[in-house]
Amino acid sequence: MQQTTSDDVTEYVTVLIGGQLFGLPISRVQDVFMPDRLTRVPLAHPDIAGVLNLRGRIVTAIDMRVRLGLGRDKDAKPAMAVGIESRGESYGLLIDSVGEVLKLSNDSFEQNPINLDPRWSRVSAGVHRLDGQLMVILDVDSVLAMGGEQMAA
Amino acid sequence: MDDLLREFLTETNESLDVVDVELVRFEQDPNNAAILGNIFRLVHTIKGTCGFLGLPRLEALAHAAETLMGKYRDGAPVTGDGVSLILFTIDRLKEILGDLEAAGSEPEGDDGDLISQLEDMSMAAETAPAEAAAPKAEPKTEPKQATGTVAEQTLERALRPGEVSLDELERAFRETEAETPPALPEVAAPSVTPAKAEKVEVKKPAARPAKAAVAEDDSGETGVKGQQTLRVNVDTLEQLMTMVSELVLTRNQLLEIVRRHEDSEFKVPLQRLSNVTAELQDGVMKTRMQPIGNAWQKLPRIVRDLGNELGKQIELEMHGAETELDRQVLDLIKDPLTHMVRNSADHGLEPPEQRRLAGKPEKGTIKLSAYHEGGHIVIAISDDGRGLNTDRIKKKILEQGLASESEIEKMTEAQIHKFIFAPGFSTAAAVTSVSGRGVGMDVVRTNIDQIGGTIDLKSVQGEGATVTIKIPLTLAIVSALIVESAGDRFAIPQLSVIELVRAQQNSEHRIERIKDTPVLRLRNKLLPLVHLRQLLGIAGGEPLDETNGFIVVTQVGSQTFGIVVDQVFHTEEIVVKPMSSKLRHITMFSGTTILGDGSVIMIIDPNGIASAIGTDVSAQAAETEANASRGNERQLISMLVFRAGSREQKAVPLSLVTRLEEVAVDKIEQAHGRHLVQYRGALMPLVPVSGHMQLKSEGSQPLLVFSDAGRSMGLVVDEIVDIVEDALNIEVSADVPGMLGSAVIKGQATEILDIGHYLPLAFEDWFKRKEMRIEALTRKLLFIDDSPFFRNMLTPVLKAAGYEVVTASAGSEALEILKAGDNKFDVVVSDIEMPEMNGFEFAEALRADKRFASTPVIALSSLTNPAAIERARVAGFHDYVAKFDRQGLIAALKETANEFAQAA
Repeated sequence: MQQTTSDDVTEYVTVLIGGQLFGLPISRVQDVFMPDRLTRVPLAHPDIAGVLNLRGRIVTAIDMRVRLGLGRDKDAKPAMAVGIESRGESYGLLIDSVGEVLKLSNDSFEQNPINLDPRWSRVSAGVHRLDGQLMVILDVDSVLAMGGEQMAA
Repeated sequence: MDDLLREFLTETNESLDVVDVELVRFEQDPNNAAILGNIFRLVHTIKGTCGFLGLPRLEALAHAAETLMGKYRDGAPVTGDGVSLILFTIDRLKEILGDLEAAGSEPEGDDGDLISQLEDMSMAAETAPAEAAAPKAEPKTEPKQATGTVAEQTLERALRPGEVSLDELERAFRETEAETPPALPEVAAPSVTPAKAEKVEVKKPAARPAKAAVAEDDSGETGVKGQQTLRVNVDTLEQLMTMVSELVLTRNQLLEIVRRHEDSEFKVPLQRLSNVTAELQDGVMKTRMQPIGNAWQKLPRIVRDLGNELGKQIELEMHGAETELDRQVLDLIKDPLTHMVRNSADHGLEPPEQRRLAGKPEKGTIKLSAYHEGGHIVIAISDDGRGLNTDRIKKKILEQGLASESEIEKMTEAQIHKFIFAPGFSTAAAVTSVSGRGVGMDVVRTNIDQIGGTIDLKSVQGEGATVTIKIPLTLAIVSALIVESAGDRFAIPQLSVIELVRAQQNSEHRIERIKDTPVLRLRNKLLPLVHLRQLLGIAGGEPLDETNGFIVVTQVGSQTFGIVVDQVFHTEEIVVKPMSSKLRHITMFSGTTILGDGSVIMIIDPNGIASAIGTDVSAQAAETEANASRGNERQLISMLVFRAGSREQKAVPLSLVTRLEEVAVDKIEQAHGRHLVQYRGALMPLVPVSGHMQLKSEGSQPLLVFSDAGRSMGLVVDEIVDIVEDALNIEVSADVPGMLGSAVIKGQATEILDIGHYLPLAFEDWFKRKEMRIEALTRKLLFIDDSPFFRNMLTPVLKAAGYEVVTASAGSEALEILKAGDNKFDVVVSDIEMPEMNGFEFAEALRADKRFASTPVIALSSLTNPAAIERARVAGFHDYVAKFDRQGLIAALKETANEFAQAA
């Protein structure tokens, strides 16, 4: 991935989804916000949690738990969302919580393990070995592309 | 590129477009000096400006074309070849302009070919004109001289196209003197001053004269002097529009907040802000409005060229070119329109020989018309050609596997014609260079769909085809009805909403079911219903409330249906925001919007719902309409299909049936060996369809109720199957009493009942009474008006029309009279504007009372705006007549009487 090659160091915004640590390249993250008043969209792809109003912009919210096949936690409301932009449209990835920003060098980078769940490997750009845990890099474009793919299927 | 050049390009392109159109007009009407004068001036301006800007190629071409036109102006006979040549020159000019725009400088190239042709043509014209010009020639010996000189100079110019300015100037001076007063007095008069100004300012920056000239053209065209216009960049307007949209949103939010705080001091200033915003919105919308003629501008030229190419004579008629619509919409329909006109010219119209053989004038006509209808603009493209070839379309449908033969057999012509909108469908035996009718019709449809429009097609073989497009005027801000279904709110564009009906278990409007299909009876018509929560799959497991709900009666094209929702809130001006690309595949929604309270809701797309309800319905509806307009060659009748006594289907015309009922079996009583049931406070005899038929022994018994003049009869059936609309064509007549015969309904042999046989079985004097009633009895009428003047004036009129009139001075008094029950009224006529209880309230009160629910009520009012009429319709009035329209009132009474007699 290009992010990992530049200067050998990439900054990631870390997030927790279903107990797993994920990292999003900081260059792709617009903001982090609390999803408020989510409007569900009937007939939409199940991964799409709904739409919401973020300061006058309409944001399409994607439930990352569903996206990653973790199943929606019925009770727990998604606490946070990461705002990203793609082709002029705004998206919000619903996650459990946001962690710190990590500066990671290429040394700890590894390709996806080949036995990784295909649902994960499709949206993951690799793994970083951190102390005590692994951080999966979320490939934002693949996360957004998946909707189209599955819809066609 | 400098500003000067950019301005020149814009102006010149516009001028050339005008020249295009005008030339085609000129060719048809060569004696119209005004048109020629206009063209001449435009080309002259272009030439002049090119000279100043140092664009030799353009200038040389424009000059050669101008010379030829000068000859025409002086009286040389106009030839088609000549006009073609000039048009061709215009095209070349546009080409060069295009390159100029792209590269910033005039492209290299040689136009010697065209120029010499133009010159030859000019020379040829010069030898001929003497006689033709005779009537005009006397006053202008001078101009003749002038043109002579010009012709000489043409040669020079062609040889050295680069060296211009001085020559040009001199010539221009000479020409101005000669050209203006004598040759074209009426047209040229207003232009004298500006033309002079142009010459005087020659040494100043070049843009000035160009502007002056354009202004002059405008005034020449419109005949309105001093109209001030300003060129504004489209981006600026777009930006403005976006800002206004945001402003509208913010205003809505503020309104929402104030709504929650009753006694807010913000109320008054906010109201003002709201008004200003609305006006601003209006104003900005207006800046975006453009006459549809702009999209048509190129058509005359296209049609002319097509006509020449195809050897057809085509006349293009355009009506309503001044009808305005949003430029965003305009841009989107430009191509589809051009495409359809090409189609009409290429495939719709026959070659002259064929037309002669068919007894039509050799010249085919393509008619374009546009007009406003509600918040829509309707554009119709019709031709008087051969119409669509149904057989060929059928063949093609089969070839492409779009439908099976048996399916096609069942389809109506209109349904088959619809297939030309299917992707990649073309029936043209040979696809010409112009178009294959059908190629791209799917694209046309997609484009129209995209902007929330509908497209409809009517074709009569041998007589021509008409395509009607209905599109919203604007897309950016629309008025929408906010509704709720299963806890979620949705916006339904107000444009497609006709009315709202509240359905309740015990009211007149209640949701009924035929099999699993919900329907609603609305003013003697069945309205197909769809539950929004079901359609959107948001039922969430809870069972549907079968009978209650609000019904949003919606119309899409010719199709009307009801959307059942849980709640209806208010209407709101919403700013349409495009949907995310991830959601765009959901056809039920057309966009999203942010409400005043900041929440996001989805905008329902009535088109999507209509297609989800089923193409059958729309096809039927279209068919009904098509038939209505075509006269009654194949009258469609709604038939109620049921089973009774045997397995075969039976049917009666739905219009004869008053009600469908189910009565509990234990409510059925026996007297004198016949079955009776208590129904609406009277005994209703039950008649079995056939003698050996048994009543059900348990559960409920379905009945068809027929009523007339207060009497009802229940026809006992086993099962109600369906309501279908089909042409009633009784093929085999029956000897069995009670049967009219057999007909094919929806592909099945069905026995048609003769209701006339059953009615006397219930009441022997059924028909006798009816005759008596019409001939001998006068009908009773209750007339309510608060003004004694009107009561006194209209009562004699009504009496003269054969009514026994009882008057009341207020709604409450009328209700008392009605409820007293001493009189039974056949019809009620009520004023609308009354103190205490107004007409709407009165009608609603009347409707709420079951006893009078079916009594026809006619509104009489001096308010005749559409909103009031609509309001009256909702309140339950059957008809709405202006207060001073006596004839109208009598006609409405007659119509109502007929309608109710028929329904009974």
